[in-house]
Amino acid sequence: MTASSASPQRAGTPEGGKRADPLTVMSRFGAFVFLIVLCVVFTILEPAFVSTTNIFNVLRQVSIYGLLAIGMTFVILTGGIDLSIGSLLALSGLVGAAVYKGGTGLLSAGTAGQAHGYGLLAAVGAAVLVGLTGGLLQGFAVSKLRVPAFIVTLGGLSIFRGLSLVFTQGQPISTFPPEYSYWGQGLIGPVPIPVIVFLTFAVLATIVLRYTRYGRHIYAIGGNQEASRLSGLNVSRLLLSVYLITGFFAGLSGFLLSSRLNSAEVIAGVGYELTVIAGVVIGGTSLFGGEGSIFGTVVGVVLIGVLNNGLTLIDVSPYYQQIIVGIIIVLAVYLDQLVKRRRR
Amino acid sequence: MTDTALLRMEHVSKSFPGVQALDDVSLDVDYGEVLGLVGENGAGKSTLMKILSGVYQADSGTIHLNDQVVHIHNPHQGQQLGISIIYQEFNLMPNLSVMENVFVGRETGRFGFVNRGELRAQTRRLLDRLGVPLNPNAIVRDLSVAEQQMVEIAKALSLQVKVLVMDEPTSALSETEVNRLLGIMRDLKRDGMGVIFISHRLEEVLTICDRVTVLRDGHNAGTVDAKDASEDSLIRMMVGRSRSELFHSEERFEAEATAPLAEDFVLEVRGLSRQGTVMDEAAIVLDDVSFTLRRGEILGFAGLVGAGRTETVRAIFGADKYDRGEILIDGKLAKIASPIDAIEYGIGFVPEDRKAQGLVLSLNVRDNAALPSLLQLSRLGFVRRGVEMKAVTEYAQRLQIRTPSLEQLVLRLSGGNQQKVVIAKWLMRKPRILIMDEPTRGIDVGAKAEIYRLMNQLVESGVSIIMISSELPEVLAMSDRIVCMSRGRVTAILNHAEATPEVVMRYCTLQPGQEYASPVPEGGIAP
Repeated sequence: MTASSASPQRAGTPEGGKRADPLTVMSRFGAFVFLIVLCVVFTILEPAFVSTTNIFNVLRQVSIYGLLAIGMTFVILTGGIDLSIGSLLALSGLVGAAVYKGGTGLLSAGTAGQAHGYGLLAAVGAAVLVGLTGGLLQGFAVSKLRVPAFIVTLGGLSIFRGLSLVFTQGQPISTFPPEYSYWGQGLIGPVPIPVIVFLTFAVLATIVLRYTRYGRHIYAIGGNQEASRLSGLNVSRLLLSVYLITGFFAGLSGFLLSSRLNSAEVIAGVGYELTVIAGVVIGGTSLFGGEGSIFGTVVGVVLIGVLNNGLTLIDVSPYYQQIIVGIIIVLAVYLDQLVKRRRR
Repeated sequence: MTDTALLRMEHVSKSFPGVQALDDVSLDVDYGEVLGLVGENGAGKSTLMKILSGVYQADSGTIHLNDQVVHIHNPHQGQQLGISIIYQEFNLMPNLSVMENVFVGRETGRFGFVNRGELRAQTRRLLDRLGVPLNPNAIVRDLSVAEQQMVEIAKALSLQVKVLVMDEPTSALSETEVNRLLGIMRDLKRDGMGVIFISHRLEEVLTICDRVTVLRDGHNAGTVDAKDASEDSLIRMMVGRSRSELFHSEERFEAEATAPLAEDFVLEVRGLSRQGTVMDEAAIVLDDVSFTLRRGEILGFAGLVGAGRTETVRAIFGADKYDRGEILIDGKLAKIASPIDAIEYGIGFVPEDRKAQGLVLSLNVRDNAALPSLLQLSRLGFVRRGVEMKAVTEYAQRLQIRTPSLEQLVLRLSGGNQQKVVIAKWLMRKPRILIMDEPTRGIDVGAKAEIYRLMNQLVESGVSIIMISSELPEVLAMSDRIVCMSRGRVTAILNHAEATPEVVMRYCTLQPGQEYASPVPEGGIAP
């Protein structure tokens, strides 16, 4: 109290130095700095790391995680979590593929291009619609029924996987014509299409979070739900919306993954939620909500991709890769906590 | 200051990041003396007592007990030295019995088995000494606040306490209960115990204490003999200025005396009732609450903690549900189901706990101030930064929010400036009705005076204010009318002129079944 009333600061001037506290900078850009360092180290150890092919290879590998992580960032910013995305991705991919083929694998196996399908647009639409529906149901349970997000989406994780099994009796739907597989495998110039999709949505999401009223509301309800409600924000509608967003990205990713693998699989996306949450958290988004950015998330998922790729290139066993990623997650959250404690 | 004082705290300083909480503060208590410790919220009373009990460590300064320098590193050590503190929020275990609470951690017995007979006998002896007819087997949860307090005192006595600190012990008690407590304090005093009595109720302080030490913004503002002091002189010491310099409301009331406010009701509440809390579904929270709010007045709400004041205004603002009742705005029935509706009707709400309910601490000043106005500040869903900046700057200057920039996190502002941000966010909406729940809690005197001045300006410009306050001087000095509440009921609505501390307190402690004493409250209660 004495500190501020005694110092002759001008009242309410918009200018004035943004004091950059080193720890805050570390937590915001720490992952980015670490990513650069990693890239330099890998390049020294294995020059092939910086080849155009390898760079886009890494980016293509992370683009599905990245799309899911964009949605996950919205959810985590509100203080929620979505564990169901991997399962919802599988279900969406299967439904999209079935719509494209005019039936599930059971009926149309080996009849690629011959069954009466409904076209690519319908396939993508169906996949996204499944994702949105899953998100809507879960969002309803979280925002209206007030069941904790962790529980709701843990249920979703199981339910959507089970629905996928029921839908196709466990069979994959495979072998698509080029117009379908193009979206996962094709290139524009040297750039894989999923990478373009990922980066486009990353830019869009950044704009939404930084410049729109909706984005402000997301940060506000994540920072303090009660204060936001008392400020006239429609908290339950906002909470519902973020699960729709993860649902949308799960649906879109379901299509893209089936396109890339040329097969929609029941086991697609198993365990993706953990990698995605790891990427978001490493990128500096607080699991308690209210703080974080899409930029951080992009850095986070790329960092995980670079680690896996680089460690493979320099012949580190995949077993160790998991250990290293785990350590980095814990360190990232520790740093986040450290900054918070300093502030109070 | 005697040389043989029981307790002396000398030149104690303590700082927290960004705040010098205590700066060279001293006090002493003699054997058989009751020392009053008074000061505004945030003056440093609690910090000083936490240092005494070992919760905090002083940066510098010494503590002498019986003229021996002692170092108290933790609360356990403090207890062993004979220092005991009864906090406002009791440290009792509600699910255990009285005797288990009194002797918690010190149960007598062998082989890990508790000797309940012995425990009961000892507890009864302590309660007899206090003259309290409590059953040692009673479960603490079932006791009244006053009885729970007796359990705390019994616990302190069982610890062979030499110095007993009581932090706001009377704030939730009725008049009879207060008198009994003051009686017990006199007994303890006779037994040679030193008592430090922290209270906002200056009248009680002057009645029971031998001397009074006043703190102001972390400094000693002086120590006076109670018999030479008055409430006015204590207030002047506490705030460093006179009442009129603090509240600035006299001119307003003089003007209103010649030109009374019109019976122009912006808000009318009829029969607001609500039953049930999370803890107790049968509890009556609001019982037929009715009142009116005129254009351009400050309507004060007085009452003890739990009287239903906050619940009333939260219901009006759509933040809580209610079972029955009507809310009329400009004479027309208003449908308020959520804060969104209330804001549409031009109501703003400054909640009692600014950190938990008023601010998003992870956001900056600009984001917080603009939060309820974002719709007005955006186009096609995009926030118009320039417009927003201009609007927030205007209100930040008007409210004299002291911050290095509007991009500063509100977390880093002082309490007073945080509160101004909360007020600014509602002023930006140009409210017709502003509800302020404990608007000056925990902020420094300078910021208080600024907030009072602003409130005066607002009502003069035609805004109506509902102010809940637990600080009697504040309610009395600022309110055109005062609604007194007790146990969920409105017990009186008093005019500025007829409201004295005694009258207000009497209505605020009225028990169910008791009738109003005179004067019959004037106006305001709906048919």
